[in-house]
Amino acid sequence: MRPILITNATLVDPAKNKVERGAVLFADKILAIGDIASGPDGAEVVDAEGAHIMPGLIDMRVVIGEPGAEHKETFKSAGRAAAAGGVTTLVMMPNTTPVIDDQSLVDFVLRRAGDRSGGVHILPAAALTKNLDGALMTEIGLLAEAGAVMFSNGDRPIADTRVLLRALKYATAFGALIAHRPEDPYLAEGGVMHHGELAARLGLAGIPSAAEGIMARRDLELAELTGGRLLMDMLSTAEALRPLVRAKARGVKAVASVNVHHLVLNENDVDGYRTFAKLSPPLRSEGDRVALVEAVREGVIDVIVSGHDPRPAEDKRLPFAEAAFGAVGLETLLPGALSLYHKGDVALPALIRAMTMRPAEILNLPQGRLAKGAPADLILVDVGAPFKLDSDKLRSKSNNSPFDEKTLQGIVKRTFVGGRTIFPV
Amino acid sequence: MAQRPSGTKKNDSGPVRFRHKHLLAIGDLDRFEVAALLDRAETFEPLLEQKVKKLNALHGRTLINLFFENSTRTQSSFELAGKRMGADVVNMSVKSSSVAKGETLIDTAATLNAMRPDLLVVRHGASGAAELLARKVDCAVINAGDGQHEHPTQALLDAFTIRRRLGAIEGLTIAICGDVQHSRVARSNVALLNMLGARVHLIGPPTLMPAGAEHWGARVFHDMREGLKGADVVMMLRVQRERMDGGYFPSAREYFWFYGLDEDKLKLAKPGALVMHPGPMNRGVEIDSNVADNPNVSLIETQVRMGVAVRMAVLEALAESGANGERV
Repeated sequence: MRPILITNATLVDPAKNKVERGAVLFADKILAIGDIASGPDGAEVVDAEGAHIMPGLIDMRVVIGEPGAEHKETFKSAGRAAAAGGVTTLVMMPNTTPVIDDQSLVDFVLRRAGDRSGGVHILPAAALTKNLDGALMTEIGLLAEAGAVMFSNGDRPIADTRVLLRALKYATAFGALIAHRPEDPYLAEGGVMHHGELAARLGLAGIPSAAEGIMARRDLELAELTGGRLLMDMLSTAEALRPLVRAKARGVKAVASVNVHHLVLNENDVDGYRTFAKLSPPLRSEGDRVALVEAVREGVIDVIVSGHDPRPAEDKRLPFAEAAFGAVGLETLLPGALSLYHKGDVALPALIRAMTMRPAEILNLPQGRLAKGAPADLILVDVGAPFKLDSDKLRSKSNNSPFDEKTLQGIVKRTFVGGRTIFPV
Repeated sequence: MAQRPSGTKKNDSGPVRFRHKHLLAIGDLDRFEVAALLDRAETFEPLLEQKVKKLNALHGRTLINLFFENSTRTQSSFELAGKRMGADVVNMSVKSSSVAKGETLIDTAATLNAMRPDLLVVRHGASGAAELLARKVDCAVINAGDGQHEHPTQALLDAFTIRRRLGAIEGLTIAICGDVQHSRVARSNVALLNMLGARVHLIGPPTLMPAGAEHWGARVFHDMREGLKGADVVMMLRVQRERMDGGYFPSAREYFWFYGLDEDKLKLAKPGALVMHPGPMNRGVEIDSNVADNPNVSLIETQVRMGVAVRMAVLEALAESGANGERV
């Protein structure tokens, strides 16, 4: 394989707290970093012109329509969108048709995605309960052996406390990671946006913050009781952060993620009944958003995800209450997150860490590091370059983005997986 | 071995003299009493090969088998043991008793007590039921399994089986694998094997391991391959199929893959390790037929055979203690 030397770059090493100027030399793995005078004979030399080189992003929460809803997204279209967005590894949610709750389906995803994703690593999360019914746990041991990297009930939180208790406990035998979205289904039932003044004014049913806070406290207690590994999937409220901070201080094996949209937008973005900003969990108050940003800065929230959830226009162009939840995010994860950097809210290495090194640590992946010997899954990014998002030009099969027509900064110039350029093609 | 206390005697001098009125849990016994019981069982064991298998030590005594749960081997084992010792044996099972008509356990105890039996063997689905009965009757009560609590004669026959095959129990490593949480056999065995100086490994999925099992005097493993290392004996526990619907583990297939004993996993134990199972077995769930039916490693049939001899010794000891008035 022909080595590549990228010179004159700004290196973003998520293990460090500051960026440095330098070069990186890699083939399938990173060969050298720092001050490299010249590459080996025959190496391709790229002048980064000061652009940033960083590990490819690891997006821990992506919905793909394959199998079962290929009109929304396929491995191929998701792979294209990911590569353009600088995402080199993604975890695919199990809420497909059929639900990924059997070894053979894990195997299908790994093989088929491997063939079709254009080089992007697509790793399956398996269902936590059979058919996502929230009643009986799946074959966590066998699914993990087959290659499931974590276990999730998707967007269907488990109401039965004992089911989650047993799953968390059983999973400890395999060290398996249980992702669970804390949302009390009874409190959230019928709600379509954040419960508050705006919902009242719009005449829309609200989802109270307590629906998340109560469930978050329950889940953290269960994690503590069982010793299980819990990923608090897509937190949206300040209420959930307080118990998380305390639990982490006690040594509970809990980590948390946040959807990038919740770091950038708030409930006001749904004003005017904008269904493209209808998310689950809902966009919350500005106070919640600020608290989430601070939690990312402090490392209380470990991971930023895209929450990529493709929905065709016909599912969104409906009265607000009837429209589907969800937004695509593979191509806006990086520029969305970078807005926090540009506003001075979060330093660049800490921000990138939440999309590279932390997910890699949580998933036990070798990727996500800018270090010698790490896989050469890298992205070259012009972090300051502005663009106006035209959602019609998204590579995803669906284009339901609340960032549509917003000006963002951060353009991926080149994406490498294992040293091979997968974007631009 | 330390000097025996005066309360027990060795087999060559006749029946075991017991300090206890009942046998409800292994904790009722000390190691000297256990040794004396197993020694005594040793003298009964050859009877099974004789044409006439009957003694008359319990001639004229009455044993009532009171089984509130279905059991084939334990009930028939006690019945045979009683008959071989010369006792009159009455079997009462729940279907033919007035319990089915709504009588409480204590009413049943009073009724049976009025019949003046000498020995009452009881199995009940509720933990503590044998102890409750023992408080309400005048005769000796033998716990033949109470809920998820204890099954002391099973542990005694398991120890007897191991001792006959391997000579001594002290210093052995014994792995007990499966649904420890719901197993009375495991509780009795851990207590007895600890008393006799064995190292006990408890193996099972976290959902089937009781809270605090690591404080029982056993090492707890959730990885069967780790737990089997160094084991001289592997005791498999029955896993109830209804535990799957209860959500303790996802499927029989997954259970067998991670916690079922097959030839492959058995290779991780000591060379020549022996396999036991209290029965009845779920083949293909907790144990592979190739292991269960391999006469070189499986002691499963031997366990059944040893059960009768051990129970003869237990019945005799308790009948004796009733006769000589040394009740505690």
